[in-house]
Amino acid sequence: MSHDVEARTRSKHEYEYARKRANQGMRNQVTVFAIMIFLTFIAFAAVQAGMSAYLVAPLILLFAAVQVALQLYYFMHWSEKGHGMAQFFMYSAAFIAFTMILAFVTIIWW
Amino acid sequence: MSSTAKKKGFGATIWDYLTTVDHKKIAILYLIAGTFFFVVGGIEAMLIRIQLAKPDNDFVSAGLFNEIITMHGTTMIFLAAMPLLFAFMNAAVPLQIGARDVAFPFLNSLGFWLFLFGGIFLNLSWFLGGAPDAGWTSYASLSLASPGHGIDFYALGLQISGAGTLIAGINFLVTIINMRAPGMTYMRMPLFTWTTFVASALILFAFPPLTVGLFFMIFDRMFDANFFDHINGGNTVIWEHLFWIFGHPEVYILVLPAFGLFSEIFATFARKRLFGYSSMVFATILIGFLGFMVWAHHMFTVGLGPTANAIFAVATMAIAVPTGMKVFNWLLTIWGGNIKVTTPMLYALGFIPSFVAGGVTGVMQASAPLDYQLHDSYFIVAHFHYVIVGGIVLALFASAHYYWPLMFNQMLNETLGKITFVFFFIGFHCTFFVQHFLGLMGMPRRVFTFMGGQGWDQFNLISTVGAFLMAIGVILLVVNVIITAIKNEPAGRDPWKDGRTLEWAIPQPVPYYNFKQTPLVRGLDTFWIEKMEGNKEGMTYAEPISDIHMPNNSFIPFMISLGLFVAAFGALYHQDTDKTWSIPVLIIGLAITFASMITRSLKDDLGYHIHKEELMNEKGGKH
Ligand code: HEM
Ligand SMILES: [Cu+2]
Repeated sequence: MSHDVEARTRSKHEYEYARKRANQGMRNQVTVFAIMIFLTFIAFAAVQAGMSAYLVAPLILLFAAVQVALQLYYFMHWSEKGHGMAQFFMYSAAFIAFTMILAFVTIIWW
Repeated sequence: MSSTAKKKGFGATIWDYLTTVDHKKIAILYLIAGTFFFVVGGIEAMLIRIQLAKPDNDFVSAGLFNEIITMHGTTMIFLAAMPLLFAFMNAAVPLQIGARDVAFPFLNSLGFWLFLFGGIFLNLSWFLGGAPDAGWTSYASLSLASPGHGIDFYALGLQISGAGTLIAGINFLVTIINMRAPGMTYMRMPLFTWTTFVASALILFAFPPLTVGLFFMIFDRMFDANFFDHINGGNTVIWEHLFWIFGHPEVYILVLPAFGLFSEIFATFARKRLFGYSSMVFATILIGFLGFMVWAHHMFTVGLGPTANAIFAVATMAIAVPTGMKVFNWLLTIWGGNIKVTTPMLYALGFIPSFVAGGVTGVMQASAPLDYQLHDSYFIVAHFHYVIVGGIVLALFASAHYYWPLMFNQMLNETLGKITFVFFFIGFHCTFFVQHFLGLMGMPRRVFTFMGGQGWDQFNLISTVGAFLMAIGVILLVVNVIITAIKNEPAGRDPWKDGRTLEWAIPQPVPYYNFKQTPLVRGLDTFWIEKMEGNKEGMTYAEPISDIHMPNNSFIPFMISLGLFVAAFGALYHQDTDKTWSIPVLIIGLAITFASMITRSLKDDLGYHIHKEELMNEKGGKH
């Protein structure tokens, strides 16, 4: 331990605040979880219903993108403070990967 | 473990370095290994220049020549320039940000040993049936057709050392994000820390494409996969893309830290705050981004089509803008400064015109139609040596002088340093300036000899003479190091008297825990601020003296790397049907690696504490 031990108890207000935040966080996660299940269900249903592939494929891709965003912002806490660096690096990586893929599909494969 | 330094025996010192996790010692390991490979690559360069000194020379055979140029390029980029930069990063960055070590000391050591074993593996090819011979770019059509095991040594060796580099890069990212001292905001970080940060981000994004490309190559050669074989539906151009998606950012991985080192040197010896600090930071980040958008400028002649060529040409030219910003900022830092021309400053002053010359030829090559003329000629060789030698190697030599007192508490001889500079600088321009003309006159690169009477003879001879002048320079530097080591005069704290950043505020020799108390950073150029306010200690502290937690030394990184080294031999000889021992060797190697990793996971290693009382007794501890 780099510092001398310091004991501290939380005040009543701090305690209540922390509890409220934890509750809020829990509610968000459950809601997001439900949304994700729902989106997955629609994706399966769309395939089952035998709709045109030109509709189903973009639909599934769109849902996938939404789910990735929900995953990152809620389950991996990007919506909270202190995740700026992680976001910056992930967005940079996505951007660079996108240019690579764009180049591959435009000048190598087709 | 006790903190009182005892005089150690030779064996104990070796063991200490084999197991160390201290960033200052790992810096020394990188310095030694990088210098070794720099000398190996340098000898290869001399052989190339001797062969090309006169027309129709037969000093080396054509096949051997191809091996020499391939190993020269590969060694210089992966095994000399990068490790030497890592040496200075390890030596300076944790101290610059006020940290006690890097974020993951164990991984720091692992990164070094992976690099070293990869490098040794690659170079053993010389003794085991021939080195790789398809150029440092190892284009697939050529390398898949290469007989023998040379290319396999290249692919496996770079895979191992590349893993080490990736680990080192991630380590610096985490260190710089998480380990900054209180008050060290991003916009107060010294520029060398900033460029290390951006270069590490480039490593993080650029090395995976290389890893993928190398795996494809390994699969193609070892298991007859067809990633790059067009006859079976593969595509040889994909290797070129993967290689350059890595390769162009790689040149910025090298040059950005060099920019950072020079920025420190300019500010120190112009005795002025770096001009345009925030624009320097911005330019560094912008160069990092643009560096990923331009790789196809190495492939203009592949036939990507006019649209793709135009897009990549414009993107490439755009990089000249932030680079130009940097050059003007350096000039304006010197402008009106109270300049002291020490050896590092001399290198820095020589760097500006040399690097600008390399940048200008770069912008010329960025123009796709012109590049059809320049591509694969000696003009390209002149360009990249102007940026690599004129930028990176000058930075490495400058920082060797600049940071020597920080790393070894000794001062390299200044007079000899200046003589070294003169030889090296004149030799450098003599070698490479004339190559521009050779290229324009049509001399292709990577040819083992040429016919006389085409007007190339004189220029080639001048180039070879220049190479010898550079060699004299390097030898003088080594002599300087030896003389300094024998004299062994302590340099003390702030030996240049003009240090601005935290690393110079620490007492010499740097204690193994770096900072007895974590410093409080009150602005850019922290140490300078404290000095100007008459603070004799050079630091304001952010905490009282308290116990310091330290990591234990570990031999495990060495073993993990050794296992991969052994396994690589198994993988390499797997193609030879007569070598039945290859599979067992592969398995034994991987077993060593995994056993070492499991030991690391299962055995708790919580490190140890240096106690408060011990710290207070330490000499210099007067609180
Ligand atoms: C203004 C900045 C720069 C521009 C516009 C530029 C442009 C180019 C272009 C267009 C080529 C390809 C030429 C060809 O093969 O036909 C090239 C090659 C090269 N450049 Fe640069 N460059 C710049 C800076 C740098 C820097 C800073 C470095 C190294 C630190 C570097 C290292 C190289 C290397 C190693 C090659 C040759 C690769 C090979 O084919 O083996 N360049 N450059
Ligand atoms: Cu490039």
